[in-house]
Amino acid sequence: MPKQQNPTPPPPGAVLVLDAPAIDRILRRIAHEIIEGNPDLDRLSLVGIPSRGVEIARRIAAHISQIAGRPIEAGAIDVSMHRDDLHIRQRLSVIELSHLPENLDERTIVLVDDVLYSGRTCRAAMDALASFGRPARIQYAVLIDRGHRELPIRADYVGKNIPTAPGERVFVRLEATDRQPDSVWISKP
Amino acid sequence: MIAWNRKDLVALEDLTPAEINHILDTAAAFKQVGTRDIKKVPSLRGQTLVNFFVEASTRTRTSFELAAVRLSADVVNISVSTSSLTKGETLKDTALNLQALHSDIIVLRHSSAGAAKFLAERLEASVINAGDGSHEHPTQALLDTFTIREKLGRVAGLHVAIIGDILFSRVARSNIHALLKLGARVTLVGPSTLVPREFERMGVAVTHRIDDVLEEVDVVNLLRIQHERQRQEYFPSLGEYTALFGLTKERAARLKPNALIMHPGPINRGVEIDSDIADSGRSVILDQVTNGLAVRMAVLYLCAGARGK
Amino acid sequence: MITTLLRNGRVIDPANQRDEIADVLLVDGRIADPATAHGKKFEEIDCTGLVVAPGLIDIHVHFREPGQSAKETIGSGAKAAAAGGFTSVVCMPNTSPAIDSASVVGWVKDKARAEACVNVFPTGAITKGIAGEELAPIGAMFKAGIVALTDDGRCVQNHELMRRALEYARMFDLPIMDHCQDYNLVGKGVMHEGPTSAALGLEGWPSVGEEIIVQRNAQLAELTGTPVHCQHLSAAGSVRILRRVRARGIPITGEVCPHHIALTDESVRAFDTNYKMNPPLRTAHDVDALLEGIADGTVTILASDHAPHCAFEKEVEFDMAPFGILGLETELGLFLDILIHKKKVIDLPRLIELYTLNPARLLKLDRGTLSVGAPADVTLINPGLEWTVDKETSFSRSRNTPFHGWELKGRAVRTIVAGKTVWAV
Repeated sequence: MPKQQNPTPPPPGAVLVLDAPAIDRILRRIAHEIIEGNPDLDRLSLVGIPSRGVEIARRIAAHISQIAGRPIEAGAIDVSMHRDDLHIRQRLSVIELSHLPENLDERTIVLVDDVLYSGRTCRAAMDALASFGRPARIQYAVLIDRGHRELPIRADYVGKNIPTAPGERVFVRLEATDRQPDSVWISKP
Repeated sequence: MIAWNRKDLVALEDLTPAEINHILDTAAAFKQVGTRDIKKVPSLRGQTLVNFFVEASTRTRTSFELAAVRLSADVVNISVSTSSLTKGETLKDTALNLQALHSDIIVLRHSSAGAAKFLAERLEASVINAGDGSHEHPTQALLDTFTIREKLGRVAGLHVAIIGDILFSRVARSNIHALLKLGARVTLVGPSTLVPREFERMGVAVTHRIDDVLEEVDVVNLLRIQHERQRQEYFPSLGEYTALFGLTKERAARLKPNALIMHPGPINRGVEIDSDIADSGRSVILDQVTNGLAVRMAVLYLCAGARGK
Repeated sequence: MITTLLRNGRVIDPANQRDEIADVLLVDGRIADPATAHGKKFEEIDCTGLVVAPGLIDIHVHFREPGQSAKETIGSGAKAAAAGGFTSVVCMPNTSPAIDSASVVGWVKDKARAEACVNVFPTGAITKGIAGEELAPIGAMFKAGIVALTDDGRCVQNHELMRRALEYARMFDLPIMDHCQDYNLVGKGVMHEGPTSAALGLEGWPSVGEEIIVQRNAQLAELTGTPVHCQHLSAAGSVRILRRVRARGIPITGEVCPHHIALTDESVRAFDTNYKMNPPLRTAHDVDALLEGIADGTVTILASDHAPHCAFEKEVEFDMAPFGILGLETELGLFLDILIHKKKVIDLPRLIELYTLNPARLLKLDRGTLSVGAPADVTLINPGLEWTVDKETSFSRSRNTPFHGWELKGRAVRTIVAGKTVWAV
């Protein structure tokens, strides 16, 4: 289980972008897209990036299982020890345990995260995966793509594109990780 | 998010229970790195770690070195004898020189209590205490505690016996702090000359009869016993020590079935522990070595991260 | 002819059992009868609200010369003494070379005459090189002017040798001052042996290592009749032994230093070497016993054990640092603050007796009194003045004090040696 975040509500003035039913529709749609893109579900695993990515991966996996009528694994990959910004971060993120399929080789791994921004987290996640094994393919699914990439990375499955200005912030809140209703907010600087 | 703001790890006496648990949780994640195909992560890439050992120690130094390598740090080993240090530059000057060479982390083993604190107060680099005299050996106690938690699922409420030369043992002192902070009971066992009653003031029980505790304890942590020239006035012989305090087969048989047998190493087979018992399934001595690596990775990662701010 | 009138102070002179508001006249370096001031021209110092005491004597200081002038010189040490209210000091012989011959005694006296603003009385070593093996030339040093024998910093371990030293010293009426430490029991101890040393993993210096030598000294003082003075007592047991043997009339005395009543071994927890001294800081129980000893007359002398060390020598690992701290400029303030104001252990006349009459008697100095005709050494004390210790303003060449920043009540405000003011606040 992902760790509980502090239940901090988005700041006053933040605008609601997605509510719970909308998020659920999006995740179900992504589940369909993943099935379409991966005919061989035997070799497919979802791997979330802590902490909300783990929860989102779990939900997408549940949708896939329901749609395809067969169980799909959802794991987790810790990225914090693969980050390259230890020396400049204000706070060290908590290192989480990784839960991955026994053997990554020959498998398709769908990395799952809540928000795609600079692309650095995805890069760290791919490095982390590579240290466990050599997946046949890595795909990338995100709930929100807010733009402003710093690396040549794009998502294969995007829940919603939200064009943002650099000072703006995107808040994802999930029942399981935040003890708040599922929602996505955006706030002005 | 749990706060870790210490650039140094000097003494477990200074840490809160939450900080100790945070290190152990982080160590659990780093332990996984050892099971991967590629046993290396880039966390400390570009950082230089100096193993500065003013007292000989192969295993602790190697463990720190391997931990640093797995975190992608560059490692330099410096070994000096205390005598050459006192003749030449002072510890302060040596340390300032290391800092002038832009070392990021200094792992210090030193024969003087307080030496790690002394450096930590004077350097911007992270200072990790790898044993200061008879004072503390924090990473050893953290790996002991980690092993207990891993094997028995908890630390709180357990009863741990630490057996041996407590008076001169930094391992014992750090273990006492870690175990008490995490809610365990601690009983010190050993000759009255090496386990004076003064230790009771730290919140532990003291006994000089090993047979009193064998059936009660969940963990026995056996310290290496030494009988060098300077210890001869503390007990008459290794033979008498073994007779009174050694974990013999007969004594091991009286332990609880799931009790752990620990030893910080290197072990004296047939002295503080029967050779067969050391190799038995209840002995977690080699797990301690493995866990030491994970704990040291966690400590290096956390302290280096705290320094970055 | 210099004439000074100290007007309207509280004159405390334990030697004459005086404690009254009066004037004190200093004429030509001697105490004179104020009645004779009439019609003379004199400098007048208003002493209203101040205590006029005989010049204080510190019988235990290390001035480090010859050989260790980076730590202190006789000149700088004397200035620190003056700033602490001391007109006379007795300096220890553990210099390099040690003060163990008539020529070194003469050198120290010459240096003191040239540089020191207070009276400096040298002691001579009991044994050659303070090595505890052969007697030093005691007769020659006596002729050269030592006031006592001591191996301070070290302790003669051989009881037979100590016995012979005491017997020999009796010929010259010289007392022996002893640093009480049994080397076998103390070993490599660097702090008081107890729960704190156990917790810190520092080697313990047990109280019994001092007590057993205090007892040894009592036995030998009784046997030989030579007075033994036990320096810097730190342990409760030492006070107990001293009380018992003094009641039997054995010629033995003891001294207490301020750090041993101001601090305890708990202070060592930070591994700050300014809390490392020999004998070590002990427990609250020992502090209470020392205070009781001061209160009931078992302890008759106060002193500093002023032990300067360079910053670089102290800024090392705890067990490698030299023992000792500065004392001259803080001791009177600490004792006034603790013994008079905070704990009310003794009264002011008694405190002055412990710093004047008693050390003068032990060492047979013609000082420590305001009797007419005595040397005009006077200390003016403001017992209520509140001040803060600032090590940076110290006159010592060293800065090794744990009392920096302490707020104290009471201090000397003027120090007069042979009728001349050598320091004033």
